[in-house]
Amino acid sequence: MDSESLSLNLEYASSSGIVLSVEKRASLLTSLTLVQQSYKFHRVKFWGIIKGIQNDYYIIQGIGKDEIRGRKGLYSQDCVDWRLLPHVDETMCVKSSLLPGRFTGDPSFILEHKVTNRIGKGEITPEKSTIVEMKEEERLAAVIRRIDEEVAVVPRGAYMRTPLNEVVANKSFQGLSLPEAKQLKYYYHFKEPEVEDVNKTITQPIDFLTSIDQDIPKGKLQLVVIINDIV
Amino acid sequence: MENAHLEEQVHAAKAFFLNTSDGDSSNLYDHLAECLGKILEERPDNALGKFEEISRSVKREKLSPRPDVIQDSQGISSRAEVATIQKSLFMSSQGEDGDAEFDDEVDVPFPNLMDVMSNFEQGGIGIGKDQAYRIFLALKQLTTQQPLASVRFWGIIFGIEASYIIAEGEYQEGHEEEEEEEEEEEAKQEDQDGDGEGKDNEEDSEEKDVLPESQWKPPPVIPKEETRMGTNKKVYFVCNTPGDKWVKLPHVKPAEIVAARCIRKLFTGNLESPVVGYPPFPGREEHLLRAQIGRISATTQISPAGYYMCEEEEDEGEDDAPKPIEVNPEFEMGKLSEYADGSMNNWSHHIQYILPQGRCQWFNPVPKADDEFEEDEEDEDKEQPEELEPETGPQILTAVAEDERVEGMPAWSARLSSSIIPQYAVAVVSSNLWPGAHAYVSGKNNFENIYIGWGLKYSSTPFNPLLPPAVQDEFPTGADITETKDPTAEEEAALKALQEEAEKAAEEEEEPEDSEDEG
Repeated sequence: MDSESLSLNLEYASSSGIVLSVEKRASLLTSLTLVQQSYKFHRVKFWGIIKGIQNDYYIIQGIGKDEIRGRKGLYSQDCVDWRLLPHVDETMCVKSSLLPGRFTGDPSFILEHKVTNRIGKGEITPEKSTIVEMKEEERLAAVIRRIDEEVAVVPRGAYMRTPLNEVVANKSFQGLSLPEAKQLKYYYHFKEPEVEDVNKTITQPIDFLTSIDQDIPKGKLQLVVIINDIV
Repeated sequence: MENAHLEEQVHAAKAFFLNTSDGDSSNLYDHLAECLGKILEERPDNALGKFEEISRSVKREKLSPRPDVIQDSQGISSRAEVATIQKSLFMSSQGEDGDAEFDDEVDVPFPNLMDVMSNFEQGGIGIGKDQAYRIFLALKQLTTQQPLASVRFWGIIFGIEASYIIAEGEYQEGHEEEEEEEEEEEAKQEDQDGDGEGKDNEEDSEEKDVLPESQWKPPPVIPKEETRMGTNKKVYFVCNTPGDKWVKLPHVKPAEIVAARCIRKLFTGNLESPVVGYPPFPGREEHLLRAQIGRISATTQISPAGYYMCEEEEDEGEDDAPKPIEVNPEFEMGKLSEYADGSMNNWSHHIQYILPQGRCQWFNPVPKADDEFEEDEEDEDKEQPEELEPETGPQILTAVAEDERVEGMPAWSARLSSSIIPQYAVAVVSSNLWPGAHAYVSGKNNFENIYIGWGLKYSSTPFNPLLPPAVQDEFPTGADITETKDPTAEEEAALKALQEEAEKAAEEEEEPEDSEDEG
């Protein structure tokens, strides 16, 4: 959610059971302005919280020119000092998917986990166990990217692609009507579409993302329309 | 005669006027009536001269469509529906009484929820002020509908389609028994229905082949705990949105708790929906919800150590009986930092642990054989199964510090809500076993528990359902049931030859025997 309308948006999202205390909210509003200034972001968005055992991580995303490719993640534990999340590659995503358990709240904590691979289909399967090591900071970045790729959704028409292949916010987007907002096909995955079609760039500036009603399994994302949440 | 004739003619004329012209539902009679009516209403100066005009305008009015046909017929939107339901919450009770005097000395049986929620909000837990206030009003509504001695907001369990708002209450003395009786009657009816079906089956089986009777006997049903005892100490009410009708959840049975421990299922938001899973759950979603509420309460309802104390009743005979707890009047809260300490030494459970059996107080499924003891001692030794070891668990008011660790993590996370002004902060502890269960404590004996979550226990590994029981043994194979091979023609011939030989031999043997006997 946008830093400028943070208070209102937080109120909308409060039905999830997690709210920001007044102290955190106030410090966010102050520090996000400074982050935007120092990192030269176009906008700063509050991404959310990842709860740890000892401490929580507050995540924000700074947005540059392009809404999808120009995103940078930052995290903080006190909503005052912000640090950049490390860059995530594919191997880190795979690694993080193997690690169970919750975050501790210490970014320098190194989690070790023994992963057992079963190879072969014979009756006697040789078990190969490898130890996966990951720093919590890296794991945090990888998990955030995976969450973004799998469940970040936007309503249809909120973003558009320019002929220069840049994704920008659609300024004339007015929100979805209530009948539209109740249908899954009006929500799109907010990530780079996997099948690139050059023609689409020009002909379909709006429908360039993949709709979530094609997801497998069906009903992975269930839409709960809460009366307060319709903006 | 003339009159009758005239009447006939009038009727015939009226019938003629009432004829509808083709393709139109209007008739001359109605038109004339409307025209005359209009003339009488307007009373124009020159009625005769304006008659054609009036007639035309009456006809034209009929042609013009009614305005509401063209306008959008606005259906009631879901928002309006919810708003209509919630409007009842905001009606003040003063209107009914006429002159209701505000009396601040009358005890309200529910706490100030806004106060509680603002404390939770400091710890980052909440549902928004508007929603909290609506729930607050809904709790008030509940107390007017039900004779409750006390009620509190237990929490929210999310569902796929709707979430449950849950209130926890206790009935006033005496009011509960009536409800109990109703429930029992229902249960009896169900039993009777069940018996009827059983009889039908028996009749059927007599007509057909008699099937072998199963030797298996179901294990004895463990009875549910009585009202105000153990798992059924409190009553729970749920609704989907504040303002909806509060639905009372049925009392929980031990079998439901045992089954709920084996499955892992998200709620749908509809109390009537079936629970499909393995092992089969005995009941509908409302029963599962009640079982989960019971489990969550037993594990996560905590209070500052010393706030409650056991009542000192000297029942030496029954050690098993749970000791009732009461508020310690001399309790004084320690420093806030003590409660935000990760060791959790200053917190204690004030709800009793649920045993693996599904009850708080252990029930011996093996009937006590004291009465028959003198009659036949020998039989008893053989038939009586081994005396079962009573299941035991932590006593009530056990320190939270003794909770088992959850897969390597401490069972609770404790922290202060503010590091900048710790003097005015609240201590918030969150359960790691049931994500979503929280408790706070702030100064002046002020503490509360809440659960806002999906009703699922924490698990880092993917859920594995219970394996089905092992396949039953086949009937022991032996000589008497093994099918023999059909002999071939050669074998039969060979056997015949052997038999003939044997017969001959026997005859030969017999003869000498006879002779010997004779001799």
